[in-house]
Amino acid sequence: MVEPLIHVEGVSKTFDGHVAIDALSVRFEAGRLNGLVGPDGAGKTTLIRLLAGLLSPSGGRLRVADLDPVAEPGRLRDVVAYMPQRFGLYEDLTVMENLCLYADIRGVVGVERRQTFERLLAFTDLSRFTDRLAGRLSGGMKQKLGLACALVKVPKVLLLDEPSVGVDPISRRELWRMAADLVGQGIGVIWSTAYLDEAERCDHVLLLNQGRALFDGPPGDLTAELAGRSFLLRGLGVDRRQVLHRALHHPAVIDGIVQGANLRLVLAAGAEPPLLSELGARPGAFLEVTAPRFEDSFVARLGVRLSGDSPYASRDMTGTSGQVTVEAKNLGKRFGAFVAAAEINFSIAGGEIFGLLGPNGAGKSTTFKMLCGLLKPTTGTARVSGFDLRKAASQARGRIGYMAQKFSLYGDLSVRQNLDFFAGIYGLAQGGASVIERMIEAFGLGPYLDVNAGGLPLGFKQRLALACATMHDPAVLFLDEPTSGVDPLTRREFWSHINALVGRGVTVVVTTHFMDEAEYCDRIGLVYQGRLIAEGSPDQLKEQAASDAQPDPTLEDAFIALVEAQGREGERVA
Amino acid sequence: MMWSPNRPRRLMALIRKESLQIGRDPSSLLIAVVLPLLLLFLFGYGVSFDLRRSPICLVVEQPSGAASGLATSFRASRFFDVRSDVTTKGCQEELVAGRVNAVVVIPSDFVNRLAGRDLAPIQILVDGSDPNTAGLMANYIGGTWRTWQAIEADSRGLSSALRLQVTARYRYNPEKESRNFLLPGLVAVIMTLIGTMLTALVVSREWERGTMEAMMATPLSVFDLLMGKLIPYYLLGMAALAVTTGITIWLFDVPFRGSVLVLVLVSTAFLLTTLGQGLLISTLARNQFVATQAALFSAFLPGFLLSGLVYEIPSMPWPIRLFTYLVPARYFVPSLQTLFLAGDVTGVLIPNTLALLAMATLLFVVVAWKTPNRLDG
Repeated sequence: MVEPLIHVEGVSKTFDGHVAIDALSVRFEAGRLNGLVGPDGAGKTTLIRLLAGLLSPSGGRLRVADLDPVAEPGRLRDVVAYMPQRFGLYEDLTVMENLCLYADIRGVVGVERRQTFERLLAFTDLSRFTDRLAGRLSGGMKQKLGLACALVKVPKVLLLDEPSVGVDPISRRELWRMAADLVGQGIGVIWSTAYLDEAERCDHVLLLNQGRALFDGPPGDLTAELAGRSFLLRGLGVDRRQVLHRALHHPAVIDGIVQGANLRLVLAAGAEPPLLSELGARPGAFLEVTAPRFEDSFVARLGVRLSGDSPYASRDMTGTSGQVTVEAKNLGKRFGAFVAAAEINFSIAGGEIFGLLGPNGAGKSTTFKMLCGLLKPTTGTARVSGFDLRKAASQARGRIGYMAQKFSLYGDLSVRQNLDFFAGIYGLAQGGASVIERMIEAFGLGPYLDVNAGGLPLGFKQRLALACATMHDPAVLFLDEPTSGVDPLTRREFWSHINALVGRGVTVVVTTHFMDEAEYCDRIGLVYQGRLIAEGSPDQLKEQAASDAQPDPTLEDAFIALVEAQGREGERVA
Repeated sequence: MMWSPNRPRRLMALIRKESLQIGRDPSSLLIAVVLPLLLLFLFGYGVSFDLRRSPICLVVEQPSGAASGLATSFRASRFFDVRSDVTTKGCQEELVAGRVNAVVVIPSDFVNRLAGRDLAPIQILVDGSDPNTAGLMANYIGGTWRTWQAIEADSRGLSSALRLQVTARYRYNPEKESRNFLLPGLVAVIMTLIGTMLTALVVSREWERGTMEAMMATPLSVFDLLMGKLIPYYLLGMAALAVTTGITIWLFDVPFRGSVLVLVLVSTAFLLTTLGQGLLISTLARNQFVATQAALFSAFLPGFLLSGLVYEIPSMPWPIRLFTYLVPARYFVPSLQTLFLAGDVTGVLIPNTLALLAMATLLFVVVAWKTPNRLDG
């Protein structure tokens, strides 16, 4: 039998007693797009580093392109290209200088170099930016340059570690096209990702969880197991979050999420669909069988059921449901000559989830930061709960909860100290103790009180961050890419809390690159080139983008179509 | 180690990359250019261990020819700034307030005491709060007094009183300028900044930003990576030596009595120890903040305080004196001072250079042993 391109046989890797890869056996073939999928901490990066010869296995046998990565690192690195999570680019070198460095290191010179650069620059569409410093490129362009640097010499194996993290859907799709192109040239590509929707597009998927293979094979084989068990509950309104909560308590339902105006439900094997009256759905709602997705199968395989319960649900209404709580009027921001945002207008009602979406560098973060008082607008006004952020910043901020990307906790402080600190800065000195006790009890933080926040398991980190951001009962909660890179279960738990908060009238503003997260929103504002180019519910955006070629676009399709349409218009004007 | 035709090109690529980065990164420029110049000018113009125009009070209790002659001697000296408009009591207050460093009283019976061969016909009160200044003040005032005495005796033809006279001649630094031994020693501090601080910073930055991981996944060997750091920062350190020496000699008029070749050889030995230390810190720390702190405390401060540059090593307590043997700068600073002020004194230079080379070798062995060729060692 022919030796596969990559052969992993019973390989383990432990770090100080912690098992990252657990007796894993798997094969990856050449000329195939191999997906390496799994939640944060599943062992994806460790496996890739093992294949690149950057780590030595604690046990087992490893062959990459017929070489032993530990014994023959020199020859291995001639045929393996690796793009680490943080690009491996020198930010203070230009695009061309970075390429030349890698070409020199890999011994690509003369005519070969000229041809390679020409091909790579065309391939990555970076020809116009050769003199730009790598640090000044957008996230998507950095990824493309990283890829180009990895490809200066055509490898047999290309290892990509989470190339799509922090990259907008448009750049992500371009990267996919490039990877598919490379596969067509016979290169074995390994693409690691925490986005399960990407897994569906791979030829072959290794689903990792806690260092073990949960699934290994063509993605269709996994989703096929769920044929006839995935449903869309359509025809719902604002009540869909309450319906979801009831559905998750129904014995027949093993998983459920909000998807635009609808709910996606996955039924237990052999279970009858629940009656709509049991779920309390309004008349006119109906269940419809839909094609299962990779994520449905992943959650089903894990066999964990989430109740969707949240401690926030039991508490009183605090928000101002229905009234306008966040308002942007002619909002604009200029950095020197660069217009980061202009003429942004929208208003968000209490108890609404509003998503801000847009490609990298489009002005989405700038808008977000002006709304929560982190940036001063150059023009226009931003109001929160009626307070002008420019004139009454501290009153406005007292009504705001903010959860930054990657949880802005103090990693070297214990859980208790973090809670005390945030109670202190929100001025809860007197009433603080009871609030803290309530948070500890509600989120089950009791056993971890003396553990440093940095050492908490991901799910608990998220709970603590949310507890810290909401202990002063804010009317508006700002979330900056709250669940990027988080596994589906942790993400579901997070959104069950958010849903409960919204049920109490709290307003939520969220930025994300992650379309599954965008589906939780009531309304979405799409920002591009500093302007709000589209606004509406996820379903309205999909309708707006529907065309003959794409009668039923996904939210990602809609995103891309709307941005590209705007781009063409912009070019015409220019 | 396998020789490959690509190795020189790889090294050149790494060196070119490093040079571009130094030129574009503000923090590198700060450490490599701004800080050294700042130190040089601070020490050249600002810091001096000599007394110049030090404020003193002079009280003449009863005017006389001799008293006014002595007073003129004090006024003429470049070491003092004499105030004589205050009373004895007022002087005390000035001394307590720290507005003058010393009080000299020429008592009313000065002429009589002088004639009676009294050993201490004048009174000197010195502010002792800074022992170093106090000692210098007492010395300078005493010196001025003795000079006046000698001249006095000479003019009266009374040579009998001071037949035996000690004349001190200061060799190597006749002007007794502290600048002349501070500035050459400063080369050691500047090289430490570049060799240890900057190298530790840039290598740990590569770990932090993940570029080191990307480099390790290419055909570059550990040897290539180390040389790729070593060569550019060695060249940068040597350039700093040239600039610093130039400024010291031509702008600050410090003599240079040794040979350039010896200076380059000794400096190379020292620079290698600082580079070795910088590389070692960054492989162990892998974090810019920790690396900078480690470089500051293990190289920069000892280079300043324990090398004999600012404080005399023989006057340190013995445990610290013993510790100075571990500080590379303690071998380099005296070598520099010797090269600038005395010349190629082999008795000083050879043992010091050998000590430096031994330390450098040891450091590089540890670096080669500690630098991983994989992320897990």
